[in-house]
Amino acid sequence: MSTETLVEKPAKIALLREGVASGAVTATELAETYYARIEAHNPVLNVYLALSKEQALEQAAAVDLAAAKGDPLGPLAGIPVGVKDVLTMQGVAATAGSRILEGYVPPYDATAVARLKAAGAVILGKINCDEFAMGSSNENSAYGPVRNPHDLERVPGGSSGGSAAAVAANLAVATLGTDTGGSIRQPASFCGVVGVLPTYGRVSRYGLIAFASSLDRVGPFTANVRDAASLLEVISGADDRDATSSRRPVPGFAAESDKGVRGLHIGIPEEYFGAGLDPEVREAIEDGIAALESAGCIIKRIRLKHTRYAIPTYYLVATAEASANLARFDGVRYGHRSAQATNLSSMYKLSREEGFGAEVKRRILLGTYALSAGYYDAYYKKAQQVRRLLAEEFVGAFAGVDAIVTPTAPTAAFRLGEKTDDPLAMYLADIYTVTASLAGICGVTVPCGKTKAGLPVGMQVLGPHFGEAMAFRVARAVERAQID
Amino acid sequence: MVTIAEVERVAELANLELAEDEKPRMQRDLNAILEYVAQLGELDTTDVEPMAQVNDLLNAGGGAGADAGHGAHLRVDMLRPSLDRARVMAEAPETDGAFFKTPKVIER
Repeated sequence: MSTETLVEKPAKIALLREGVASGAVTATELAETYYARIEAHNPVLNVYLALSKEQALEQAAAVDLAAAKGDPLGPLAGIPVGVKDVLTMQGVAATAGSRILEGYVPPYDATAVARLKAAGAVILGKINCDEFAMGSSNENSAYGPVRNPHDLERVPGGSSGGSAAAVAANLAVATLGTDTGGSIRQPASFCGVVGVLPTYGRVSRYGLIAFASSLDRVGPFTANVRDAASLLEVISGADDRDATSSRRPVPGFAAESDKGVRGLHIGIPEEYFGAGLDPEVREAIEDGIAALESAGCIIKRIRLKHTRYAIPTYYLVATAEASANLARFDGVRYGHRSAQATNLSSMYKLSREEGFGAEVKRRILLGTYALSAGYYDAYYKKAQQVRRLLAEEFVGAFAGVDAIVTPTAPTAAFRLGEKTDDPLAMYLADIYTVTASLAGICGVTVPCGKTKAGLPVGMQVLGPHFGEAMAFRVARAVERAQID
Repeated sequence: MVTIAEVERVAELANLELAEDEKPRMQRDLNAILEYVAQLGELDTTDVEPMAQVNDLLNAGGGAGADAGHGAHLRVDMLRPSLDRARVMAEAPETDGAFFKTPKVIER
């Protein structure tokens, strides 16, 4: 199939909401249109793992009724959205991309999902991802890889590959994903859409099937920056069910993103433009930086000297936390239980052996090793110390600049199978994204040109802690420049 | 160098039962990754306090809008409804409706 029919830009949220409010289109019609498009293209792209059609049409009918009566409508009234399958949605199967959760139907909504619903969004279904969000290509899903709508032989990125591909192919107007080391930003970059890493604590993690709790974030994918800001506004804010969620007030991100960028100081860290950066990606990002300068930004070359230590630090911290978080999958309360078990111990071991895929086992083993007696100081504690150095380096940098701009990933989308035999090569796909993850800062990735082969390139705009509004502003300026 | 015996020991700690043919692959991958992360040893971190999560960094300085210190927002300790038991137990591989059933814990 030609990718021309696959790649399609969703309409803007404000436009669709206005249409629903005025009765020009009903939320029900919108949902049906999206389900028809999903039916046509999902067999090729493998984006949706489960459709929540019954709930979606009920929600759409409720929105239509409110619109007909002239009742006030939520900010996302009637907007068709999709949700990464690591977030729970009451009554709809959740797999986290793993066999171990096959058949599990959560009895509750994740907070981010509940907030989308409360805002009037129509949730179409649950979206494919790497198993337990562990991967950079979506090839670790137990339910088969998602394909990149721009080139079906290439990966959509990961771990939220399905969430990115869904927006790129207009199988949803917006989606939720999660980002632990780059899992929103890298796939958004590979699929040519906008993706947001909110500051740690900005969005509640309640109902997020945990991978690495000190790093996991929930964030939106959209076709444009303003819509991403609108979505983040809806899902942000304090939640009693997540003690790490922040009580800070949530700014009007969409309105903030309208502000210009003249006079803003933009930091360009030398370490993100070194060996390993694809020349075509570099060129596209340099065009983006030039566009920011034309828009009145003051470009400042900076150093982030600890950058090269971020991947090793990340893979120790994340796997250590994962090894603890994934201990809960033991065949007792939910998910897969081995039929071969003869006693309690073999039930645990065989259920996990049969239920987990290779990458998940690899990370559990690495994390367990890093935490085990005799190695704790050398690996886990050392990584936590370097994490502080990395985080403090960013805090220092943001004392001198408003935002930091880098490539989101060192290359455009790579081929299916290209890195599956080499875990380390796969990990390096996250080389520019794990730093912000470790530091807890926020970022937005925005499309910024294409390679000669027509593959999208993404620019990462990093903001300080709770500085999403600033990152949105800068990303808007890049978007306006329409680099192609 | 991680040996096959160490792979087996770590798998035991993690309650994973690796198939025989998985072990050499895991050994190879763990060694490659550990060799890569060894570069952290280049950094002198003698006086650096380990950072388990970023909240303490966000609260440092306590400027306007800063979150109060960790634990300042504990919820009120009172009885409140929880998830419906029947719906939760419905997800269990084996249950009598009130308890999760497992194979025997103590074998005689």
